[in-house]
Amino acid sequence: MTTRRVEVENLTKYYGDNLVLDRVNLGVGIHEVVCLIGASGSGKSTLLRCINRLVDYDDGCILLDGKDIDSEEMPQNELRKRIGIVFQAYNLFPHMTVMDNITLAPRKVHGIDRAETEERARELLDLFDMGGYAASYPDRLSGGQQQRVAIVRAMATNPDVLLLDEVTAALDPELIGGVLAVIRELKAEGMTMVIVTHEMGFARDSADRVCFLDAGRIVEESPPDKLFAEPENPRTRQFLQRIIEAGRL
Amino acid sequence: MLASVASTGVVFGLAAWWIGSSEYWPAVQNQFFSGEAIRESFPAVLRGFWLNLRVWVIAQIVILFVALVLAVMRSLHGPIAAPFRIAAVAYIDFMRGVPALLLILLFGFGVPALQLPGLPRGALFWGSVAMIAGYAAYTAEVYRAGMEAVHDSQRAAARALGLSQWQTLRYAIIPQAIRNVLPALLNGAVSLQKDVALLSVIGVRDAVREAQIYTARTFNYSSLIAAAVLFLIASVPLARFTDWYARRDQERRLQRTL
Repeated sequence: MTTRRVEVENLTKYYGDNLVLDRVNLGVGIHEVVCLIGASGSGKSTLLRCINRLVDYDDGCILLDGKDIDSEEMPQNELRKRIGIVFQAYNLFPHMTVMDNITLAPRKVHGIDRAETEERARELLDLFDMGGYAASYPDRLSGGQQQRVAIVRAMATNPDVLLLDEVTAALDPELIGGVLAVIRELKAEGMTMVIVTHEMGFARDSADRVCFLDAGRIVEESPPDKLFAEPENPRTRQFLQRIIEAGRL
Repeated sequence: MLASVASTGVVFGLAAWWIGSSEYWPAVQNQFFSGEAIRESFPAVLRGFWLNLRVWVIAQIVILFVALVLAVMRSLHGPIAAPFRIAAVAYIDFMRGVPALLLILLFGFGVPALQLPGLPRGALFWGSVAMIAGYAAYTAEVYRAGMEAVHDSQRAAARALGLSQWQTLRYAIIPQAIRNVLPALLNGAVSLQKDVALLSVIGVRDAVREAQIYTARTFNYSSLIAAAVLFLIASVPLARFTDWYARRDQERRLQRTL
């Protein structure tokens, strides 16, 4: 159990009277890639946002390397440095260049000097084929390029865990490949990731484990080969059946 | 283009001819447009207007700063910030709810009458304070609208990167908010430029006051027209610039969404 990087225990979350997470348990090991799948409203994005406390939860707890993220032992700055998140709509700052978007948090939050953080940013941009865009503003880039910048921004503080929230959902089909390639690259480098996705093919190829959420609970959790080939839970089967009918798997 | 020039020329030409040929025109002209009265009063009016401009620029700078502080106070989250929020809301409500003229009388006559040691007593100073106090409340609301127009996802991104509440405002929200409301801020500047003339009621010798002094002596109102022309020369270009900027800004936004 000590190799668990993230441990979610009995996580419960209400939006008003609406129960969105119902005693969820989830462990994520070091270097592990976990995909969360499920219908809209099943609670997967909320679960993801609880892990870096963008959303507060009502009950249960989340541990990062054994430390409760909602306690004194895990200051918020530390938590956000160690857990990066990438959003569906990129959420880049439109008034800042690509470089400033990436280096803002390292410089202002973590006190790293400009030269050092820019060097790291350049390395990451080069790695993801975005080397020529450091001085561009986000609105000059395609969605796929913006999303790659957003991933670099989340990686700029050297996080231990990366959370990806439907990062390809807003992209045109021909741009999705480039972003998925970046994620595979991160996996190859051993990044620990929790990924909410509707890209079932990607989940099947890249995840170490897939969790199917339904009505705020993880109802099935297994390696992708097993979950996609022989799902045990009837609701998982029903969900996958619909995906297949829609031609998405 | 040619047609619009021609039709404009005809309409305005006819209007001018009609007004000029009226039997009352010479009296009107003498009362409001007397070249001699304008020449005579102009140096004093211009001197007064120079004061208007200085008060305007200084007050505008202070207003932009104070209003931003108010808007930030009002937007703070969390129970600890509650007194700041309440103070900002109370201030804004009061200052926006009271006529500017009343504020000027209150500050310009009231405060100097207290004869508090160590404080300036000049009507000019306290009148300017009144203008700043009132306009800062309006401008704070302009900023606030701009801040609220910044999408929540920007806040989420900033928080996820570990930025504090203050850093989120400073680096993510306020720069975008100011861009959002720049046309409204420019409009406020045009409005302030004219409202500085209200200080004339507490004896500040601005353009309007100087013009009135001339009028009181000669019973000719041309000096007020001279002052009006000066106000127009300052405000019309700024208003045109505001229009131009707002249009360009809108085009830029359209381009972005395409």
